[in-house]
Amino acid sequence: MAKLRFYIQQTITYQLALMFSRHVKEFLETFGDIVYRFLQVIKFILSFQINRKQLMEQASRFAVDSLPITLSIVSMTAIILAMQIAPEMVKQGGKDYIGMLVSLTMVREIGVIMSGFAIISMIGSSQASELATMRVTEQIDAMEVLKVSPFKYLFLPRVLAGFIMMPFVVIVASTIGILAGGITAMTAAKDVTWLCYITSVWQGLYIRDINIMLLKSACFGGAISLISSSCGYDAQGGAKGVGIATTKAVVLSFVAIVIIDCIFAVAFYF
Amino acid sequence: MTIKVENLTKEFDGRKVLDNISFTVEQGEILSIVGFSGSGKSTILKILSGLLKPDSGKIDISDGDVAMVFQYSALFDSLNVFDNISFALQERKEFRGKYTKEQLKEIVAKSLKTVGLSGIENKYPHELSGGMQKRVSLARAIVTQPKFILYDEPTAGLDPVASTVIEDYILHLRNETKATSIIVTHQMSTIRRCSDRVIMLYDGHIVFRGTPDDLLKADTPYTKQFVSASVEGPMKIAASGF
Repeated sequence: MAKLRFYIQQTITYQLALMFSRHVKEFLETFGDIVYRFLQVIKFILSFQINRKQLMEQASRFAVDSLPITLSIVSMTAIILAMQIAPEMVKQGGKDYIGMLVSLTMVREIGVIMSGFAIISMIGSSQASELATMRVTEQIDAMEVLKVSPFKYLFLPRVLAGFIMMPFVVIVASTIGILAGGITAMTAAKDVTWLCYITSVWQGLYIRDINIMLLKSACFGGAISLISSSCGYDAQGGAKGVGIATTKAVVLSFVAIVIIDCIFAVAFYF
Repeated sequence: MTIKVENLTKEFDGRKVLDNISFTVEQGEILSIVGFSGSGKSTILKILSGLLKPDSGKIDISDGDVAMVFQYSALFDSLNVFDNISFALQERKEFRGKYTKEQLKEIVAKSLKTVGLSGIENKYPHELSGGMQKRVSLARAIVTQPKFILYDEPTAGLDPVASTVIEDYILHLRNETKATSIIVTHQMSTIRRCSDRVIMLYDGHIVFRGTPDDLLKADTPYTKQFVSASVEGPMKIAASGF
């Protein structure tokens, strides 16, 4: 019997199953930690223990520092979209719908998710590596010994800044994207005029879409900061640990915003 | 204001790092915990400071605030010296709003004066030498007037002169604050100059208790090996290559 067990344990299937179960366990632990930290953040928000200086600093980093890269990515995506659809739409007699298509794509999906990706790569990775460095250099330990909660001092300002500032970033990025799409559409298809494009944008946009976009982007911002901070907080070891934490933060944030996006799509457009 | 530790046990990945450790530190006393790397010295400090939970055992730190000086200072590198030292006074619930900005300036200036570093409030940690960072770390530890101070290898990585300066400040702080202190170290000079008593750890057990003089004179294989810094002896050093 012992021999049989030994042979089973040596099989690739067994090893893969073992590896898979380990990953599942690790994922569930991480998820549990993130939920616990989220509840801690909520607890401090509800008890109004918000460090305004830290919040302002994080909000400025989140919105101002990330704006150039976010604007570039969202605008380029809108330009590519308009460049590809404008000539085809004109050929099919749908030039009055170009603005509608670009704006709906921007507001419902591309503007938010592309901004999310930009924020993850710029702010999320920076938050994760910052907290991971603090962890491996014992700064977080020092904070705990000084009886200051890292959830209050480190997590809360970051999560709140993400939640508040992400809609602002997305609004600016989507607006610039829609305008860039219009300029591109006029350049790519001669029949498209500015008035025709803007009228089409106006007809296609609904307040409901904008509200959903704002809510979704706030969730994205909060989730990115929470996951990134959490991964950084859990870092172990030295420089390698910081690298692993940052990679984990980026990957989990990407997955999280795609899942949140799916939930919103099902909840509001399905 | 004594520290009492009874039957402390801690395991990591099935390995007992601390196995039924018991000791007491009297008020105002400085106890040095010595031993080779990996012997569980820092684990004791982490348990006493609340960073780790023991698997079993009892710790009695009667009615007092615990401060810790970390091995590599652990200053908050995004904050200047003023904010580092006044961090607990600004952020800790019980102190929030208790002090005005002017009072904080006075308290920080006094703490910096205690460690001989007046006038560096606006500097950032990366602008300071290793020895200065250690002293700022000492100033941060004493700002809340703790009853217990834990030092994790306070002279590690410092040159002999800077080490002597830190040792002087440890003694000075004890005399000034009457705090009960534990120093984790493997520096013989720190043990000789600062400690009232010494315990030596090996493989999760206490293998020696006594005064620094006893440590130097003791005729046990463990103490002899430690004092002579020899690789030959009962204590095997992990990954030493021997």
